[in-house]
Amino acid sequence: MGTRNASAGDGMPQLADRLWRSAEPAASYDAVIVGAGGHGLAAAYYLATEHGIRNLAVLEHGWLAGGNMARNTAIIRSNYLLEASAALYEHALQLWERMEDDLGQPVLFDQRGVLNLAHTLQEVRDGVRRVEANRLSGIDADWLTPDEVADVCPVVDVSDRLRYPVLGATYQPRAGIAKHDLVAWAYAKRLYDLGVDLIEGCEVTGIETAGGRVSGIATTRGRIATGTVGLAAAGRTSVLTEPLGLALPLQSHPLQALVSELFEPVHPTVVMSNAVHVYVSQAHKGELVLGAGVDGYNGYAQRGSFHVIEEQLAAAIELFPAFAGAHVLRTWAGVVDITPDASPIIDSTPIDGLFVNCGWGTGGFKATPAAGRLFAHTIATGSPHELSRPYVLDRFASGALIDEHGAAAVAH
Amino acid sequence: MLLIECPWCGPRDEIEFVCGGQAGVSYPPDPFALDDDEWGHYLFVRDNPAGPLAEQWCHTAGCRSWFIVERDTLTQHVLATRKLPEAGEEL
Repeated sequence: MGTRNASAGDGMPQLADRLWRSAEPAASYDAVIVGAGGHGLAAAYYLATEHGIRNLAVLEHGWLAGGNMARNTAIIRSNYLLEASAALYEHALQLWERMEDDLGQPVLFDQRGVLNLAHTLQEVRDGVRRVEANRLSGIDADWLTPDEVADVCPVVDVSDRLRYPVLGATYQPRAGIAKHDLVAWAYAKRLYDLGVDLIEGCEVTGIETAGGRVSGIATTRGRIATGTVGLAAAGRTSVLTEPLGLALPLQSHPLQALVSELFEPVHPTVVMSNAVHVYVSQAHKGELVLGAGVDGYNGYAQRGSFHVIEEQLAAAIELFPAFAGAHVLRTWAGVVDITPDASPIIDSTPIDGLFVNCGWGTGGFKATPAAGRLFAHTIATGSPHELSRPYVLDRFASGALIDEHGAAAVAH
Repeated sequence: MLLIECPWCGPRDEIEFVCGGQAGVSYPPDPFALDDDEWGHYLFVRDNPAGPLAEQWCHTAGCRSWFIVERDTLTQHVLATRKLPEAGEEL
C-alpha cells in the first residue's frame, strides 16, 4: 500500500472560482430555514423549485455545511428493513442518482456498493431477512458468502483467524459515497442562482410567537419577520425548541469519525460491520474514512472520548489487516440527534408555522435530497408527503414506532 | 476520556461506567391516569440541554452501583457526583 504522491485534490473536478455569495439578512422572508447543512439547503432548493417559494433564507450560525454535513462518512444506501424506511431511503437514492443533472454541478456520487458484514448466526438471519425484505420493496440486495465478500472487497479478511469471522454479508450494489462538500456547494450555487439568501454567521437566538403561531426569529444579526420557520438544525434542535415549551424525543450525542493519510486505491467498496463496529470506505482523494459508534453520553461539544476511536481502529485492523500500517491523520465528531426508534421526524409542530426535520441521528447524509424534498412538502402544504407520513411526531404517542436500530448500522 | 468520581470507588476512567441517561425520571404514580401523549412523553422524552445535566451512571466494571453525575454537556466537564438519594429525598 503506497502513499500517494500526487497533490491533494488530484482527480477532483474543477469548479468555478465563485459559486455563491453569503447574503445580508433582509427584514422579512416568506419562510426561513435554520441550518445550512445538506438537509436545510435541500429543503430550500425544493421549496424554491417545487413550491415556488423564493422569498426565502437559509440561516447558519457557523459556515456553509460546517456541521454534520462536514463530519459524516458520506455513505449512501437504501437497504433498510422496514417498508417505511426502505421507501424513504430508496427515494433518496433515486434522487442521488440524478442529483448532478438536477443541480448542474458535480457531486462525485460513486455507486461502488456497500457490504454489511454478519459475524454471528443472528446477524446472518437478520441479514438474509433484510435482503429478502429489500427485494420485496424493489431494492437491489444480495446475500454474499464470505468468498463472495472477498471477491467484492479483497482487503477484507474473511478467514476464520478472526475472533468474530465474517459469515456473510448483505450487498447493495447501487449504494456508494458522494463528496459531501461538493453536494453542499452544488446546492448553495443553485440557491444563489434561484435568488434564495444563504446567510452564514447568523445564529438564531429565539423563535418569536404571537397567538400560538410563529411571527419572527431573533438572530445575532437582528430580528427577521417571518411566519414560517423550518428547523434543520440536527443536534441543536432541542436547544431551539425547548424555550417554546416544545420538548422533542431527541438526545444529542457525539458521533466520531476519522481519516488516514492518502493511499493508492485499495478499498473498492464500502464495508460496514455492526458486530465489531466500524464502517470503512476510501474517499475519492485516497484517505481511508472510518466511522465509529456514538459516544454513550449526551454532548454538544463536537468531540467525543478517545476510547471510542481506539475500539473502532481495533475493529478496522482486525477486519483489514493491511490497514495496520496506516496512520490516523484527523479525528472529529459531529453532534447527532437521536430518537428512541432511530428514525427521523419530519413534521409540523403544535406551534403554527414551526416545522421540524430532525432525529436523523447517525444516518442523515444519505437522506439529504429526500429529507429536503419531503420537508419542503410539509412546510409548503402543512401536511406530510405520502413518504414521510409515518415520520410524524405523533408516533411517540400512538406507539407506531419505526424501529430501525438493526439497519441503522451505527450502534446507539 | 472522562474521569468520573464514583462515590464508592473514587476517580475512575469512563470506560468502567455506562451512562443511563437523565436522572430523576420517576415512574408515574398512576399510569392509568395518563393519556397517550403523557404516557409517550414519560417513555420517550428526556431533557436534552446544552449545559448542565443531572444523569444516572452505573459503575459496571467496579462496584456496579448507580449514582448521580452532574455534567456539562457543552464543555464535557463532570461538575459533581454523588450517591443516589434515599427514598423520599429530593434528587
